[in-house]
Amino acid sequence: MENKIQEGMRQDPAINIEGEQDRILLDGVQRELYDFKDEENEADFYRMDEGLTEEIVRAISEEKKDPEWMREFRLKSLELYHQIEVPDWGPPIDGLDMNRIATYVRSRSDMKGSWEEVPEDIKNAFEKLGIPQAERESLAGVGAQYDSELVYHNVREDVAAQGVVYSDLESALTGEYEQMIRDHFMKLVPPTDHKFAALHGAVWSGGSFVYVPKGVKVEIPLQSYFRLNAKGAGQFEHTLIIVEEGADLHFIEGCSAPKYNVANLHAGCVELYVGKNARLRYSTIENWSKNMYNLNTKRAIVEEGGMIEWVSGSFGSHESYLYPTSVLKGDGSHAEFTGVTFAGAGQNLDTGAKMIHIGKNTSSFIDTKSICKSGGISTYRSSVEIRKSAEGAKASVNCGSLMLDSISRSDTVPAADVRTNKADVGHEAKIGRISDEAVFYLMSRGISEAEARAMIVSGFASPVSKELPLEYAAEMNNLIKLEMEGG
Amino acid sequence: MAEKLIRIENIRASVGEEEILKDVSLQIAPGETHVLMGPNGAGKSTLGNVLMGSPVYQVTSGKIFFGEDEITKESADKRAQRGMFLSFQNPLEVPGLSLDEFIRNALRQKTGKPIKIFQFKKQLAEAMELLGMDESYASRDLNVGFSGGEKKKAEILQLLMLQPEFAILDETDSGLDVDAVRMVSKGIEEYQKRQEGALLIITHSTRILESLKVDYTHIIVKGKIVKTGGPELVDQINENGFEAFL
Repeated sequence: MENKIQEGMRQDPAINIEGEQDRILLDGVQRELYDFKDEENEADFYRMDEGLTEEIVRAISEEKKDPEWMREFRLKSLELYHQIEVPDWGPPIDGLDMNRIATYVRSRSDMKGSWEEVPEDIKNAFEKLGIPQAERESLAGVGAQYDSELVYHNVREDVAAQGVVYSDLESALTGEYEQMIRDHFMKLVPPTDHKFAALHGAVWSGGSFVYVPKGVKVEIPLQSYFRLNAKGAGQFEHTLIIVEEGADLHFIEGCSAPKYNVANLHAGCVELYVGKNARLRYSTIENWSKNMYNLNTKRAIVEEGGMIEWVSGSFGSHESYLYPTSVLKGDGSHAEFTGVTFAGAGQNLDTGAKMIHIGKNTSSFIDTKSICKSGGISTYRSSVEIRKSAEGAKASVNCGSLMLDSISRSDTVPAADVRTNKADVGHEAKIGRISDEAVFYLMSRGISEAEARAMIVSGFASPVSKELPLEYAAEMNNLIKLEMEGG
Repeated sequence: MAEKLIRIENIRASVGEEEILKDVSLQIAPGETHVLMGPNGAGKSTLGNVLMGSPVYQVTSGKIFFGEDEITKESADKRAQRGMFLSFQNPLEVPGLSLDEFIRNALRQKTGKPIKIFQFKKQLAEAMELLGMDESYASRDLNVGFSGGEKKKAEILQLLMLQPEFAILDETDSGLDVDAVRMVSKGIEEYQKRQEGALLIITHSTRILESLKVDYTHIIVKGKIVKTGGPELVDQINENGFEAFL
């Protein structure tokens, strides 16, 4: 009898016998967590016309009170956008019509430095995502962007007192760091790089500027959260981080959006400058809704003895092109990329990493896991380039794929271009399925089949979750669980 | 006669076209230790796996009962929740899932209650010490890179932590050195003592049985139980092998 009662309880999803209270909480909230929509009250929001014309770009520039050089930069980027072809080697992006994307949407309220002042509806959206709560508990600073503009930005006093700057990019653009921004903005990812870099250059808005002075070690992470709420809109935030010699920073980026039946576009840009012997860890959990085209560009340049670590979890979007690039310029510089990609029904995620070795004795390490299910397509694409100058370079690529059924697809496209024979390059790729025997093994200990599969998949993705702060690791495992249940 | 915990009635089971178990019947009462011996390919492991509900085998006829309930068609997780356990001959490796996390999850499924971490860690440490397992194994990925001996110890560790009412030990002693066999038997002894649990020990050697109390011995040949006796049957096999039963 007792057994029967227990069984009944297990079948009721409302009573999740997970045991851990926090997990139950996550389960309860997370189902609707990312999918809630906030109806835009027209009076509260300013929305640029859809499409991409010189008038629109000028209007954005006007709206943002750009310095003149920035306005010129935008217009030049727009020209480039029209000249550059759509990439023909990745997932098809025919479904994306720029004439139907509003490139700029903002709340009529200004950015706030105090959470209480943020408009109620926007505040609610972020509260649901746990953003200010996380700040109180474990972050040194938080930025929150809603559609095109930052709505909130705050950094802990003790961190600011060390000379750390964490602000929105717009205010940095006209303040004491203007020259620094001018020297770095889209220098690493020039608008000539590809069509969507040019687009970004023309219509970018929002994002963060972080400056960590020489020798300063920021003990706890900074976080930016990007929420695209507006229907049929684009988000083009720019993140610029400069970590000076010997300094140390962990930056976390989170993204989400509700699902609409029209295409949304994310073409953000991340530029990271890592100084001599400095260290930067850049973590991302991306869970865009499944109508999103995620055409994001991220790049880091590392000076002598410096180190960049990327930790990346890609779960959302309809289509993604995402290959964070590390330029190992200085001798002895080091880059690590650890990533997991989960493509479910209707998703085509083309992700990976690029390593460019220029300095001597540079080293890079790529470890990725991709998972596909219910017809999802997951492509791992990487490139390791070792220039002639990079004597003594070491590069290792390790990519694993897990296919959860026979209708899904997993491809691996690794490339290596090695121009010196004094380098050591390794590559290992594995594609697998969940073994029925392993599922039976876990089940023989009382774990349900669904749970057993989710545990195996979470285990497979654990090289990434292990690198994340605890609450993000829990979120990632929860996303895996949701993906496993869905479809 | 004590009420039976496990009743196997005229089980036939096959893999694909090949029938492996040909009419096997067996009854085990709470607290009893049964030994199942037989030459290679006789169907020993198949019986263990069929009892646990492995999807690899199809039960074509016959019934299995746990207490009053028929469980012939039940999935493995349901059987485990009733209190059944199988120590695998070849425990599987699960990267990214640590041994302690796995045991904690299993316990949670079994009890339906949150697990108190402190108490859990203490119990785990005690059981590991008993088995002579280094504590570092607790946080290692389940069976990944474990030696044969450590894998089997990890199985017995799960047995001690999950405290099932009925456990099947499938070739738990095979491929182990003398020390490892001793440690593993110590763990099984502890289970017998603490739990008064019923056991079905599948083996083709007798080393593991030296220090264990045995109630019944069954000889299986070509998918049929050909002889059932007491512990003396083990000695007989020890001396003369299976020849007399073939």
